[in-house]
Amino acid sequence: MNKVDEKLTANAVIAKTLDEATTSDPDLIVVTCDSRGSAGLVPFTNAHPDRTIEMGIAEQNAVTVAAGMAHEGMHPYVFSPASFLAMRAIEQVKVDVAFNHNNVKLIGISGGNSYTWLGNTHHSLNDVAITRAIPDLEVYQPCDKYQIKALFKYLLKSDKPAYVRIGKRKLDNVYHKDFHFTPGKAKVILPGKDVCLISTGETLYFALQAAKELVKDGIQAAVVDLASIKPLDTEMIAALAQKFNYLVTIEEHDVINGIGAAIACEVAQYGHAKLKILGFPDEPAIQGTQDEVFRYYGLDTAGIKKSVKSFLSE
Amino acid sequence: MNILELKKKAVALRKRTWQLIYNHQNGHTGSDLSCADILVALYYAVMNQNAENIGQKDIDTYIQSKGHAVEIWYEILADKGYIDRADLEKRYSTFNSPYIGHPTTEVKGMEFHTGSLGHGLGLGVGVALAAKMKQLRKHIYVLMGDGEQAEGSIWEAAMAAGNYNLDNLTAIIDHNDLQISGTTDSVMRSNPLSTKYRAFNWDVLEVNGNNMGDVVNILTKPNDTNKPRLIIANTVKGKGISAAENRADWHHKIPTATEYQAGLQELDAQMEALNNE
Ligand SMILES: Cc1ncc(C[n+]2csc(CCOP(=O)(O)OP(=O)(O)O)c2C)c(N)n1
Repeated sequence: MNKVDEKLTANAVIAKTLDEATTSDPDLIVVTCDSRGSAGLVPFTNAHPDRTIEMGIAEQNAVTVAAGMAHEGMHPYVFSPASFLAMRAIEQVKVDVAFNHNNVKLIGISGGNSYTWLGNTHHSLNDVAITRAIPDLEVYQPCDKYQIKALFKYLLKSDKPAYVRIGKRKLDNVYHKDFHFTPGKAKVILPGKDVCLISTGETLYFALQAAKELVKDGIQAAVVDLASIKPLDTEMIAALAQKFNYLVTIEEHDVINGIGAAIACEVAQYGHAKLKILGFPDEPAIQGTQDEVFRYYGLDTAGIKKSVKSFLSE
Repeated sequence: MNILELKKKAVALRKRTWQLIYNHQNGHTGSDLSCADILVALYYAVMNQNAENIGQKDIDTYIQSKGHAVEIWYEILADKGYIDRADLEKRYSTFNSPYIGHPTTEVKGMEFHTGSLGHGLGLGVGVALAAKMKQLRKHIYVLMGDGEQAEGSIWEAAMAAGNYNLDNLTAIIDHNDLQISGTTDSVMRSNPLSTKYRAFNWDVLEVNGNNMGDVVNILTKPNDTNKPRLIIANTVKGKGISAAENRADWHHKIPTATEYQAGLQELDAQMEALNNE
């Protein structure tokens, strides 16, 4: 009998996947910044002290040191809150990792708004904007445990630098065990004809729920998963921009230069669809639990539904 | 306030902090308790700043670089009338509240948003440099953590402060030997701090950071060295609640109901002992 499809946090899945990979990859190493607890890595670091480099509260140096280690053929995974990895250490990411082609995997934990009451110093609502603008850096935002496993199967083999953004939620399951991840490919997870919802990471599930509920209102919404933010599936997006009259993007990110902007760029060049970008407005985010904040900004299921309906009746 | 009164103030504010954290199930308990005596000394015996004059010419600036120890700071600001205590206790860590898990400038008394570690000293250097250029007679106090010393930006700021002979700047390191993952010596050794800062042209003093008399003495000691001053305050993380003392897991642990009651009793006993002094 199959057990119930247990919900897991992203970092728990990553820690387990890396733990399993230690047997096949002698060069795998984990780099932390006083962050092993929040990264869910304590079982890993306890089991593999020889695979763990603690850099202290020094995100810039952690990234640069990881680049040096990668240069010597090691496979470092740097774990730090997304806000500090993608902002404090961004020049190190640009120069030492991406420009120098050092195979460092950057894992931005507690991303988006997930630090809730810790506030805007800790939120990372601009990390996708910044990282996707860096040449030779791949950017991924997975949505559930099956996708994370599949993504890491790819990352463990890939020699390219990458930034992965995850949150803190216990993830609802979108996919199944046999899910296969292809970098650079967007994925239609629900067909539809009236409007296409494009999302990434944790908001994808809300988009999917909204699409399912919109059927009752006579709206057939397609849903597309954009876990691979860079490389971007420009071909599919161009096709969607031609096929649909309405596209809506949903992301746990500032509306400036996130996935909405990435899609807008393609739509403007190749399509005719009208586009609505749902995300965090260009202001310091309001304080609250993630559910409260998502509701406030209309990023939960009800909010997405409401935005879609009013968009279609414009 | 005399030293005995300051000690009582510290116990009373530890108690309010303990209550605030427990009632709202949020807070950096160990970090707050560690620096409580330093903050009480600064606000009740050292700085010329108060709720009325903050921000005015020649009025001291306090910057909390270890922003996460914010609950003790809220309680002090409430006690000193910068903010309304009832409002704090009602709205701390609730929807759309200014009272969150790190300092924000929405709160009167907090001049900078902090919480991303490694920023406070550089901000302090900027304020101190500007104060010199404008010939203000204010003093700048910056509180940092010892784990935080791993941030490179601190050393850039330390070099600049030494270079510009910022004797109007006092940095305090809450030297409790702990951070999140364990001891600072095991995570990233920042010790010895005194020789490092001395090499950067700082006047370095050391004190028991949980001894009120010593803390007040050292913070009021005139600085005639023509150098920025560092005070290494040797503290106990979680000070005042024995279950939390010297334990890394109490960095942001919330007390259970039993721990909460035991903590209250302990603090009440401390107050009682002071009342009998
Ligand atoms: C740039 C940055 N990196 C990481 C963190 C997460 N963090 C918050 S508190 C803390 C430990 C601080 O230790 P220490 O400076 O010793 O202060 P203590 O609370 O022990 O006084 C860490 C790593 C942060 N707030 N900012």
